[in-house]
Amino acid sequence: MEFEYLIIFLPLVGAIISGFFGKFLGSRNSEILTSLFVTISSIFSFLIFYKVFNDGYINNLDIFTWINSGSFNVNWSIKIDALSSVMLVVVTLVSSIVHIYSIGYMSHDPHKQRFMSYLSLFTFSMLMLVTSDNFLQLFFGWEGVGLCSYFLIGFWFKKESANAAAIKAFVVNRVGDFGFALGIFLIFYLFGTVNYAEVFELIPQSLDVNLTFLGLSFNAINLICILLFIGAMGKSAQIFLHTWLPDAMEGPTPVSALIHAATMVTAGVFLVVRCSPIYEYSPLALNIITIVGMSTAFFAATVALAQDDIKKIIAYSTCSQLGYMFFAAGVGAYNVAMFHLFTHAFFKALLFLGSGSVIHSFKDEQNINLMGGVWKKLPYSWILMVIGTLALTGFPFLSGFYSKDAIIEFAYLRGNTVGYFAAGIGVFTALLTSIYSWRLMFKTFHGNYNNKKLNISSLHESPMVMIIPLIILAIGAIFSGFLFKDLFIGIESSSNFWKNSIFFLEPLSQDHPPSWFIFLTPILVILSIPAAYYIFVKNIKITNEIVNGNLPLYNFLKNKWYFDELYDYLFVNPSKKIGLYFWKKIDLRFIDRFGPDGISNLIKNISLFAVKFQNGFIYHYAFIMLLGFSALLTFLILR
Amino acid sequence: MDFPFLSSLILLPLIGALFIFFSKSKSNTYLTIKYLALFVSFANFILSLYLWYLFDPSTAEFQFLEERSWIKSFINYKVGIDGISILFIILTAFITPLCIVSVNSTVKYRLKDFLVAILVMESLMIGVFCSLDLVIFYLFFEGGLIPMFLIIGIWGGERRVYSAFKFFLYTLLGSVLMLVAIISIYWFTGSTDITYLYDFGIDEKYQYLLWLAFFSSFAVKTPMWPVHTWLPDAHVEAPTAGSVLLAAILLKMAGYGFIRFSVGLFPVASEYFIPLIYILSLIAIIYTSLVALMQEDMKKLIAYSSVAHMGFVTLGIFTFTQQGLEGSIFQMISHGLVSAALFLSVGVIYERMHTRLIDNYGGLVSVMPKYSIVLMVFTLGAVGLPGTSGFIGEFLILIGAFKKSFLVAAIASIGVILSAAYMLWLYKRVVFGEIKKDEIKKMSDLNRAEIFILTVLVLPIIFFGFYPEPLLNTTEISIENLIEMYKTNINSNLVEK
Repeated sequence: MEFEYLIIFLPLVGAIISGFFGKFLGSRNSEILTSLFVTISSIFSFLIFYKVFNDGYINNLDIFTWINSGSFNVNWSIKIDALSSVMLVVVTLVSSIVHIYSIGYMSHDPHKQRFMSYLSLFTFSMLMLVTSDNFLQLFFGWEGVGLCSYFLIGFWFKKESANAAAIKAFVVNRVGDFGFALGIFLIFYLFGTVNYAEVFELIPQSLDVNLTFLGLSFNAINLICILLFIGAMGKSAQIFLHTWLPDAMEGPTPVSALIHAATMVTAGVFLVVRCSPIYEYSPLALNIITIVGMSTAFFAATVALAQDDIKKIIAYSTCSQLGYMFFAAGVGAYNVAMFHLFTHAFFKALLFLGSGSVIHSFKDEQNINLMGGVWKKLPYSWILMVIGTLALTGFPFLSGFYSKDAIIEFAYLRGNTVGYFAAGIGVFTALLTSIYSWRLMFKTFHGNYNNKKLNISSLHESPMVMIIPLIILAIGAIFSGFLFKDLFIGIESSSNFWKNSIFFLEPLSQDHPPSWFIFLTPILVILSIPAAYYIFVKNIKITNEIVNGNLPLYNFLKNKWYFDELYDYLFVNPSKKIGLYFWKKIDLRFIDRFGPDGISNLIKNISLFAVKFQNGFIYHYAFIMLLGFSALLTFLILR
Repeated sequence: MDFPFLSSLILLPLIGALFIFFSKSKSNTYLTIKYLALFVSFANFILSLYLWYLFDPSTAEFQFLEERSWIKSFINYKVGIDGISILFIILTAFITPLCIVSVNSTVKYRLKDFLVAILVMESLMIGVFCSLDLVIFYLFFEGGLIPMFLIIGIWGGERRVYSAFKFFLYTLLGSVLMLVAIISIYWFTGSTDITYLYDFGIDEKYQYLLWLAFFSSFAVKTPMWPVHTWLPDAHVEAPTAGSVLLAAILLKMAGYGFIRFSVGLFPVASEYFIPLIYILSLIAIIYTSLVALMQEDMKKLIAYSSVAHMGFVTLGIFTFTQQGLEGSIFQMISHGLVSAALFLSVGVIYERMHTRLIDNYGGLVSVMPKYSIVLMVFTLGAVGLPGTSGFIGEFLILIGAFKKSFLVAAIASIGVILSAAYMLWLYKRVVFGEIKKDEIKKMSDLNRAEIFILTVLVLPIIFFGFYPEPLLNTTEISIENLIEMYKTNINSNLVEK
């Protein structure tokens, strides 16, 4: 038995046992069982990861045939290379931590088994996604994680808002998947296969293929890249398809940490990196990715400035950081994107779980205006979240510092207009990130205690089962950047570690940007801390003055650039109206009226018939006809 | 001569029906006749599985051929199956016993007659799928209307008479044209034997009109837009078992008919009418999905979603690609399972609440957790989530459509977004949320029979989602052969011109 099977199928087994037999097992046993299985899976993932970077281990297992129709053949498979081993570690590690944390967080919930089952099922789907060797299994995992996300966002099924958010997440993702699916069709159409290795091999020969669509001619490679990227935008909540992510915060906080910060939302980045052998041949698509990524980074950071819900701020922060990953990939620094994905998983999961701990202490209060001054009451949560915030903002020598600054530098080194522009936005967004993150910290933990419903003395630090997982994440948030930077983004990394899993058409630039540029971001980040402290704690009047002085801008940010309203106006309401129109006007008024009812005399007479029908005349006739027919048939066949 | 498998499959339910009809029924014997019907239909299912086991998927030739002359040199009773038809026979034989089990609670009166109608229906449907002669095909095809008409008209809801007649009118209209077409085929060629017609072909100049005549019948039965409006009404009024038969099997006769007759007999005309089919299919997919979104009645919603799903089927068939055609057959089987399951699920709560209005529900998950789980599986099947059978069919169809036209595939794919919207919204409104009504608090979870029926449907939906090979493998060679035949015809026609 190979490790790979255990890694992937243990979570599935856990999900099935906890889901179907949870009642017999009891909640505690289900929790222990699922956590244990995922933890084992995580240990094996580390082993694989070690084998990959130490021995250059790769493996491609075929489990069994999935679809085989004419020339369309797909297998269930497990592909292990550097890229998927990194994802294995991220997914299983965060997942096992979240499983354990949930034992504490969900202790008052009556549906623990169901919750653990969903978490494990999610882990399984995510593992299927990252270990696929073809686009279709990737799509399976892709929709599978979307489904689990739907289940988990709507976990508290009595909350109307949670249900609406769950559906929104699924449907918006489907919009992205629409592009993704078309991309897969196009790949199959051009190459006759959906297997990565086979497709990637054929790419260099197909650079000049053009497709005509609505009278316009498109380069096929560009089209594939853009379609796949639309899928990635949906899953990774990039601007225009981001609206579901903040709403997804309706789910329990551990879910937000696992799915909506560390793993599922990074699937889009993973997709782009996995397809680097295609994207490298499409400068157009790469530029689009860079632009979308930096727009998202900037947009989400501005919105995060004006939100009051602790989880929504972190959600927009996630959105923004995903934007960073995309523009890293867009400037061709795929390994840097993966590095940021890796470090981000630690500090963002830490921030979410830390905020979960705060929310737990505040008895499910999420508004940061109703918190404050509690850092002494919640010392562990406070220090852990400080670490998370420092790492997120890119404070020197914590993990975010290495990965985020590398992104900005590579954007600068790209040397084209888009690259310079992205680098500039990157620096500015880093500043915004720092401001909104410290705003969150100061409003939550410092200043005056603002909650009138809860007495400050009733607040308690969360239990150890929740704190210890946080400590593990905090260790990751501090050291993962420093320890792994050479492996992920060092000069030799592409030949030593990534090998064939990431493709560079031209080797990445090894220059360094001017030193003033290198120091710019860390200095801004450091300076913003006292500035934020002054604005949000020392002299709150300034905040109010800024808000009142720029009320239209504030409302614009507060309402998230009015995307939801716009989409309701453009898509949701018209769909409903059109549906109603088709039904009431066309189906009933037009087709029925001039169709079957149009032979109206006949229908009018139905009332006459009806009497007989109920008397049984017609029924008798018809039944006898039927019987006669049957008898005749029997006779004729037997004759 | 070999054992006449196909005739046995057709006759067994008929004999059972006759038995039941002439049994002296009193109320206390109801159970007996139900078990008899169940036994007969189950035996038939086993027989159909055995047939599948004996079936040789490596040849496109018709197998298990039987031929008897009814009227000398005019009507032949000729039956046989290939990879295209066998799956529909198994589906029919699989769904019928489930309907009979479900009859328990849904049919309150005239159970005996109901069972007779269902069994006759089964026999006629199987007859449709294995006829190799146009005349007996027509007899089976139209004969199938009668029991359905009765099921809606006698055991239906309040507006059953209106619905039954609407159903009858629509289908009759199409059928008459098909009958005329069959007679003219006999006129032109001197035969109604399908294998003969496959070999010798029908003159191109007649094909267009004949195609349209067959199309008018199949389009109504599919149903395609704009002749779909009978379906929601029929479903709403039909008792649960009737809806199940209608959605799972009756609609598939048309899809099967398109493959076997329209494509097989009139390839040149089929090619010619591709744009018509594509446009109607796309309208069906988008239009009815939007209409489904706004439905207030659960059965109507599912009925409209059926129209959308069948839109994919017609689209797939007329791609004339391996993936498109295999996908269409797969989609029909899958839709047979999923729609049957959905209608049975609606039946389950209708039994308890006596309403189908979505607004009257909400919060079921608190009182019916088991029900909520199985309904979720069916919903996902309808949404076409990978890992359910619904995905495989849709995906293959879209791949096939893409080969023909990027635009068509792109528009059809929008239907995939819409299906998620209307199905999940339905699920949310029925299952999630707070319990609004006291009656709901009293609802009991699934009983044993219901668990059995629904589980039996969950299993294949998931199994074929992960491992569709048994179905795809069965159809592969026959489809290949059909496409080959189709292409030869088109090419030779081009050469003639």
